[in-house]
Amino acid sequence: MSDADASGDSGDDGSGAFGAAIERGEDVPLLTGSGEYTDDISRRGTTHLAIRRSDHAHARIENVDTGDAEAMDGVLAVYTGEDVVESGVPNTIPTAWDLPGLVQPQYRMLATDKVRHEGTAVAAVVAETPHVAHDALERIDVEYEPLEHVTDPVEAVERDVSPVHDEAEDNVAFDFELGDADATDEAFADADRVASVDLRQPRIIPNAMEPRAALADWDETTEKLRLWMTSQNPHLHRMLLSAGTLGLPENKIQVIAPEVGGGFGSKIYHYPDEAVTAWCSMQLGRPVKWQATRSESYLTDCHGRDHVTTGEIALDEDGTIRGVRVETHAGLGAQLSQFGTATPSYLYATVLSGQYTIPAIHCRVVGAFTNTTPVDAYRGAGRAEGIYVIERLVDVGARELGMDSVELRRHNLVAPDEFPYESAAALVYDSGEYERAMDLALEHVDYDELRERQRELRDEDRYIGIGVGNFIESAGLSPSGLAGDLGAQAGGWESSIVRFDSTGSVTVLAGTADQGQGHRTTYAQIAAEELGLSVDDIDVVEGDTDRIPQGMGTYGSRSASVGGGSIARGAREVREKARRIAAHQLETSVDDIEFEDGEFHVAGAPDRSLHIQAIAHEAYLGHDLPEGMDPGLEETNFYDPENFTYPFGTHVAVVEVDPETGEIEIERYVAVDDCGEIINPMIVEGQVHGGIAQGIGAALYEGAAYDDDGHLQTRRMDEYAVPHATQLPDFETDNTVTPSPHNPIGVKGVGESATIAATPTIVSAVVDALEPFDVDHLDMPITPESVWRAAETGGDR
Amino acid sequence: MYMDDFEYYRADSVENALELLADHDGAELIAGAHGLLPRMKTGDESPSALVDIGQLSGLDAIEARDGERDGDPGGISIGALATHTEIAESETVREHATALADAAAELGDPQVRNGGTIGGNLAHGDARSDPPAPLLALDGSLEVRSPDGERTIAATDLFEGPFETAVADDEIVTAVRVPTDADAVSGYHKRRDPLSGYAMVGVGVWLRTDGETIEAARVAVTGATTNPARLPAAEDELEGSAVSEETITEASAQAGTTLSDEAFVSDVQASAEYREHLLSIDTERTLYEVLEVDR
Amino acid sequence: MWKPPTVIANTTRGRTTEETRRQYMSEHEISVTVNGERHELAVEPRTLLVTALRDELGYTGANVGCETGRCGTCTVAVNGETIKSCTRLAVQTDGAEIETVEGLADDGDLTPLQESFQEHHGLQCGYCTPGMLLSADALLATNDDPTREEIREAIEGNLCRCTGYQNIVDAIEATADRLGERR
Repeated sequence: MSDADASGDSGDDGSGAFGAAIERGEDVPLLTGSGEYTDDISRRGTTHLAIRRSDHAHARIENVDTGDAEAMDGVLAVYTGEDVVESGVPNTIPTAWDLPGLVQPQYRMLATDKVRHEGTAVAAVVAETPHVAHDALERIDVEYEPLEHVTDPVEAVERDVSPVHDEAEDNVAFDFELGDADATDEAFADADRVASVDLRQPRIIPNAMEPRAALADWDETTEKLRLWMTSQNPHLHRMLLSAGTLGLPENKIQVIAPEVGGGFGSKIYHYPDEAVTAWCSMQLGRPVKWQATRSESYLTDCHGRDHVTTGEIALDEDGTIRGVRVETHAGLGAQLSQFGTATPSYLYATVLSGQYTIPAIHCRVVGAFTNTTPVDAYRGAGRAEGIYVIERLVDVGARELGMDSVELRRHNLVAPDEFPYESAAALVYDSGEYERAMDLALEHVDYDELRERQRELRDEDRYIGIGVGNFIESAGLSPSGLAGDLGAQAGGWESSIVRFDSTGSVTVLAGTADQGQGHRTTYAQIAAEELGLSVDDIDVVEGDTDRIPQGMGTYGSRSASVGGGSIARGAREVREKARRIAAHQLETSVDDIEFEDGEFHVAGAPDRSLHIQAIAHEAYLGHDLPEGMDPGLEETNFYDPENFTYPFGTHVAVVEVDPETGEIEIERYVAVDDCGEIINPMIVEGQVHGGIAQGIGAALYEGAAYDDDGHLQTRRMDEYAVPHATQLPDFETDNTVTPSPHNPIGVKGVGESATIAATPTIVSAVVDALEPFDVDHLDMPITPESVWRAAETGGDR
Repeated sequence: MYMDDFEYYRADSVENALELLADHDGAELIAGAHGLLPRMKTGDESPSALVDIGQLSGLDAIEARDGERDGDPGGISIGALATHTEIAESETVREHATALADAAAELGDPQVRNGGTIGGNLAHGDARSDPPAPLLALDGSLEVRSPDGERTIAATDLFEGPFETAVADDEIVTAVRVPTDADAVSGYHKRRDPLSGYAMVGVGVWLRTDGETIEAARVAVTGATTNPARLPAAEDELEGSAVSEETITEASAQAGTTLSDEAFVSDVQASAEYREHLLSIDTERTLYEVLEVDR
Repeated sequence: MWKPPTVIANTTRGRTTEETRRQYMSEHEISVTVNGERHELAVEPRTLLVTALRDELGYTGANVGCETGRCGTCTVAVNGETIKSCTRLAVQTDGAEIETVEGLADDGDLTPLQESFQEHHGLQCGYCTPGMLLSADALLATNDDPTREEIREAIEGNLCRCTGYQNIVDAIEATADRLGERR
């Protein structure tokens, strides 16, 4: 830890940039069409890759005949899995999170022995045009011997089926436990009442609007690979390409993430396709481009969720929660994606205490291989699934006690003076004022009046429902040491460089990678604040491993807190070096130098001053620096937080359902979020809006399904409901601000919060509306038909 | 996304288009291409050649014709190349064939309405699309030309199955015809499938009334069934009945009774049973809207 | 030390994409006017308009987000009407006037609509934005005072996964208000 932190709240005045709703500088190229996404980039002589994928869910590859395809005009090469093996590259897509007893089967770039899910990459064609490459795909003759398949995570481990991997005969990849089983059993035995719920959290397809893409250019003379790709974490991709698939030294790989059209988790991972793109370029010595079609995205982008859960909650009559017990079967898909193991284990079970003081928690998760697309983190990853479970349990618990669900929530909230709060699910919450946020949300809808209206309307056979969702999120995915203890094969730090250029402008190089979050604006605000400058003085560079030395990337709501924290710390170090130069040139002691609006001046003598930009120039001139000081004015910072951050809040939805048709109308949606200090309220609100949209999507519209043949049924954009504008209401947003005490800028993060909150909130509202029909739970997506059936049958589905 | 290769011919007249179709085995017509291109991109269809009639002039006129003369049946004539936007915005269609205007306005989204044409839509025979129900309810027809001459295909003869219509491979739809009746009202109600935007259930209704009694009625469904269909039981219930809530209730209850269980579509979003249930409800809604009866 | 593996298949190194393509494809010469600029080009029949705009003419503003005409990221105006350029063959647009997102701003000056998108944070990743702008423009051309519901219907053919649409609706509504004040 540097001494810069100590001066973080030194009372120096910043520029006022932090906290302002500053318009995004990155918007202009995106608004005029000049922003460059991966597929917009071309190199001279670019060739095009198309990938032959299996149409079987599970089959042995008997033979791959590429002869006809190779003979086609314009086809440069056709490769099979054997070709990749023969090339001698490491050819391993690695997992990045180990768990005790984890079975880690082989995961190759192109399949050689078996295909294990529909969409498995089997062969690759490189041709002069995309059309020819795709034409050639059809000329590849693959002979399969079909094998029995399984797509459901419970069936996979409970039914006697042919295993997805021979290494895991029972299809169990891991059997994970968290919490104290004995204490939980005791709590349940001792409690007045027990309520339970069986629920499914269906597969979500992330649906970033830009499908994944890659453009690889291997330079034979320098033996260096340049790879433009749709990446949330270029450095992580560089590392995995080096250590996992290609075996090139890291310094011979440049990964560039240009404009990236959304990610939501799906662009974190190292998939076979981008590795194959790079490998083909190395084979051919020509640039190779691969652009996924949307149906390829649906078949290969890691899906999210896929949980089958039984949850139980033990309560006393007065509403005190005594314990929570959860058993989950989590579908992992056919292969372990990098964080496919962490997401349903540590990212899930650890949040089961939600906002509540729950003395005993036990969770068991069976991670199951299935013949489906790999599952990994999708916006809210693990935390969304966990909060969904605890919030559903609180609702069914309230129903069991005949208590208002808000009252039950209030009775169990962690109080402000209990922080740092150590939960029974192994987390230490940093700070929170849960009741304040909940009350604010309830105030927005006038909760008591709304309950009254609900009673009146029921007399007219109209059914409104009020859903309340309290959430916490464990954000940031660090510190590294803790992550390592839990099995992470990567660090949890973030890195940046804050650099004054010699004429006074500032360049911030950040190891995170934006996909729409507005880092170029918020990071400039952070640096501007620390350096007393305007955001216009600051340029932010992301997404290029040759320009930015190191980084972990953007996921887990970590960029503002960990990436932003690193920038703030780096900027403070730069400022303190500048202060020492100022003291030297103003011929006074460092302690006598005050800093205001970018100006260093001698205490009590405001006219004896030097601007930080002038000092930057001096630092690079190097003519007159303090004894022993090196020239230059830049700092490289690695920031490894001391804890996760814990955003929280309460969302409230008011819906009306029509039991006759099952139609659901969202009348109001109120979101109160506490993401700690707010760098840019406009951007925070945008993150909340988008998060709610995805949470509502999961609750009401989305959900991937497999048919009896193991084929993805929802394989096109007209078969999978990404919500469109008329399917979503206007949202009402508000904030409370409870700074994170350990973050250098008090930030907690906001990227995933609203997705975590919205799903249980909407389900709670619909189920609440159906209370007169004795419905206490409905699985997602809650379609009009499921509402109609529930109203008809009283929830006996 | 990537289609198989094909030959492309742009026709400069209907006659030329007919010749091109005749000369090229397996050739298909396109105009707006909104029916065919998506299915070619998914590999569901792979014609060897396309004959483009999208640029032909005079085939997009929307006009009300005077009564029968010179063999013309009168009523409304909508050129096959009229886009859904043009139909939705046409005063003539709105006034005389409201159900068709409703359907055009509800179809797809603005870009699809701008790009797609009515002739192509109906000839394509997508049972999830909106125009089939109003065409059936309005007792409309298609004018088609082939090398053998012209003929008229009644709406009731048009829909033969999923993506199968009575329009033959060598025929070109030139116009949609809808009879008009000053004493009739019509309308179309769509329940949108949240996934595809097509009709989960679409009901078209045409009624002739003297204000008190329903003299004649036609009710038709699209989206809910594997083939767009008239609903004769509902029609029978309506015809001769008073304009009343009771009539609407009874007719709606009859809506699906002439259809077999297998006639209803079942998919990820909605089962056949649910669609059958909705058919009655949506028939009721359409009737209330068209008859302007207060609930 | 890592060594690049040997080449497995023969390549046609040195031959340009253009040469290879001309050799085995039947192409049609077409001319289109894009944002006021006339272009002559040769296209395969199966070349989609969006592909021609992006790969042949370099107008990469319109994007490809799906293959079913659903997402609307490829929206452009052809002869004044917005369509999805993935649902039209390039060869069909011979002689057409096409407007893309690149044609909206005048010499780098954003239009009121573009400014409003920036002001209201109506974009995040920006991938849907070109199509969204074209659809919004088309709405405002025919309706100078749209309701929020009308705005939502006008952008129904344009999917956005980032914003939840609200700020897009705000941006379009504010543009209508601003243009209304000027009249």
